[in-house]
Amino acid sequence: MSKIVNREEMAQGTIILNEIEAPRISQKAKPGQFVILQADETGERIPLTMADTDPEKGTITIIYMVVGTSTTKFKELKVGDEFYALIGPLGSPTHIGNFGKVVCVGGGTGIAVLHPITKALKEAGNDVTTILGSRSYDLLIMEEMMKAASTRLHICTDDGSMGHHGFVTDVLKETLKKDDIDLVVAIGPIPMMKFCSLITKEMNVKTIVSLNPIMVDGTGMCGCCRVSIGEDTKFACVDGPEFDGHKVDFDELGKRLASYLEDEKQSLEACKISIA
Amino acid sequence: MSKKIKTPRAKMPEQDPDARRRNFDEVPLGLTEEMAMVEASRCLQCKKPLCVDGCPVSVKIPEFIKLIAEKDFSGAAKKLWETNALPAVCGRVCPQEDQCEGVCILGKKGDPVAIGYLEKFAADWERENGSGEVPEVAEKTGKKVAIIGSGPSAITVAGDLLLKGHDVTIFEAFHKPGGVLVYGIPEFRLPKAIVASEIASLEKMGANIECNTVVGASVTIDELFEEGYDAAYIGVGAGLPRFMNIEGENFIGIYSANEYLTRTNLMKGYLFPEYDTPIARGKNVVVLGAGNVAMDSARTAMRLGAESVKVVYRRSREEMPARDEELHHAEEEKIEFVLLTNPTKFYGDENGRVTGMECLKMELGEPDDSGRRRPVPIEGSEFDFDCDLVVVSVGSNANPLLTSSTPGLELNRWGNITADPANGKTSKKGVWAGGDIVTGAATVILAMGAGRDAATSMHDYLTLGW
Repeated sequence: MSKIVNREEMAQGTIILNEIEAPRISQKAKPGQFVILQADETGERIPLTMADTDPEKGTITIIYMVVGTSTTKFKELKVGDEFYALIGPLGSPTHIGNFGKVVCVGGGTGIAVLHPITKALKEAGNDVTTILGSRSYDLLIMEEMMKAASTRLHICTDDGSMGHHGFVTDVLKETLKKDDIDLVVAIGPIPMMKFCSLITKEMNVKTIVSLNPIMVDGTGMCGCCRVSIGEDTKFACVDGPEFDGHKVDFDELGKRLASYLEDEKQSLEACKISIA
Repeated sequence: MSKKIKTPRAKMPEQDPDARRRNFDEVPLGLTEEMAMVEASRCLQCKKPLCVDGCPVSVKIPEFIKLIAEKDFSGAAKKLWETNALPAVCGRVCPQEDQCEGVCILGKKGDPVAIGYLEKFAADWERENGSGEVPEVAEKTGKKVAIIGSGPSAITVAGDLLLKGHDVTIFEAFHKPGGVLVYGIPEFRLPKAIVASEIASLEKMGANIECNTVVGASVTIDELFEEGYDAAYIGVGAGLPRFMNIEGENFIGIYSANEYLTRTNLMKGYLFPEYDTPIARGKNVVVLGAGNVAMDSARTAMRLGAESVKVVYRRSREEMPARDEELHHAEEEKIEFVLLTNPTKFYGDENGRVTGMECLKMELGEPDDSGRRRPVPIEGSEFDFDCDLVVVSVGSNANPLLTSSTPGLELNRWGNITADPANGKTSKKGVWAGGDIVTGAATVILAMGAGRDAATSMHDYLTLGW
């Protein structure tokens, strides 16, 4: 169980893909849901939204950027190695329907989260315009898969190495001006989701975002992942992870994600020493 | 008067409060063999023992105590095992003063027999010195039972049904079994090695344990029946933390007790960075609430290096719901009780970290539904104090994750499962439930009592029908 059957390095080794044996989860998982993973007995539990599932093979795919102790430990796992713990599928699935014209905006590893949602939206009959962004073209992931999952695809790079030279929000704005869009799904770094939501709010287009707060159990038991949605406090693990982008308090989310910054630095240093 | 009554009740040797409030080692050190035998000799061996009636799982109290008095410690442990799958746990965390010891006849004129200490003694002696053999299980019945959750009620059901020859699989959502015994109750009150040893015994008796399985998400109860299970027991605990719902509650440094204790105990945050999960170490800590979980949180904060820990409670000392022993231990460890005080909002800095709270002074009015005098705010009594860490420990609600995925399961208006109080039967055929998911937050032993009753009923069903 939880054995890695396929492993790829993407974006010059900064992003890793793991396809993991998980028969029960692969049968159950729907777009938008996440799993909790733990590398070893002393590890932390971290949530990752699934990038793909293969119910016939009985596998799920996760894609993560190597940033802290947990992902550094994950990166060390080779094909044939097992995760100490893998739990899921958790969270509420994306509401998939035929809305008409949909724009999917993805940035960084948010593109991985966006992939099954985009695929499902297109299969449900929507016209799907996808806008992907990265700092530089060599850091962009899943271009081919996203192309296949969308009606049309735009690429934006901060350095102009491919496609539009600038941010995804520029292309989003243009698209919204040109066409009547029924739904926007934006998944990526917090500033990207925040600014996409600000634009769509102005233009009054419904927007779904997927949030990634710190979690412990992932089943509603601890309340660590609480987020402010309008006037309400919600638990992202059970009430989300997807919410109405126009109501999310992104600034609070950003601050809460930085709760353990100092501890994380200390932990990562210790982890790197022990790996070396 | 007989000589027996004059022997004073054993005093439990404990770690010195000044030392223990900075370490996570167990507080009581345990009775010596001699102390245990002397204490056991105080038991009057009543013909109609009230203590047994006072115990939710009817432990054969006079019998196990007699064996201790006769220096047959292993025999005493085995006697405990006949009715209790978790004696080392119960000896530590049961509210004996309200149960067995509360009705002990010696307590009428003096101090009751220290039944809890003796139970702990016998179970610990057997774990450390015994042969490790487990009770013999009956011939296989070929019936398969799914047990959802692995806390005290689930363990009790598992133990009872294994003894009767049924196949038992325990499904646990976390990566380690034990439920609240592992994530909730701190190491200094219940060492995790003891829980692991009790679970290992269950496995020796044949229990399968599937961790990392969230029933309701990974698999549903109906799917378990399709997979060939004949009956299911739901013992998933209460599970959804309550907050105060006041301004500023999402500031960093404000935890639910569930999160604070899970990070510390299950994830071993107190051993950070050896373990990867961090836990905030506050200097000025406030714990809201006054139950056992609040005391566990306050004492944990002290051990994590706090300069001051305040338990803030809206009623008076008399109404604090924690056990006397827990309150006493907390006070010995220099935890302050700020009574008749209720928070109204939290203050934070520009980084979103909590820096303090505003409170109102309260006074006691007329009794409310619970029979306790209702706290009433005193107008204009607002005052502030500083804090950098807050643990909200004001109870839990029922977690809907499992119940919402199980059609045919009747719930009450709070979302708890409706189950027959006599036998744990739910409205869904083949499904029993017990513990906090039925009653709301209660004690380990009450959950175990519910498990015992359900196991009896489940055995009848598996052998005779619904």
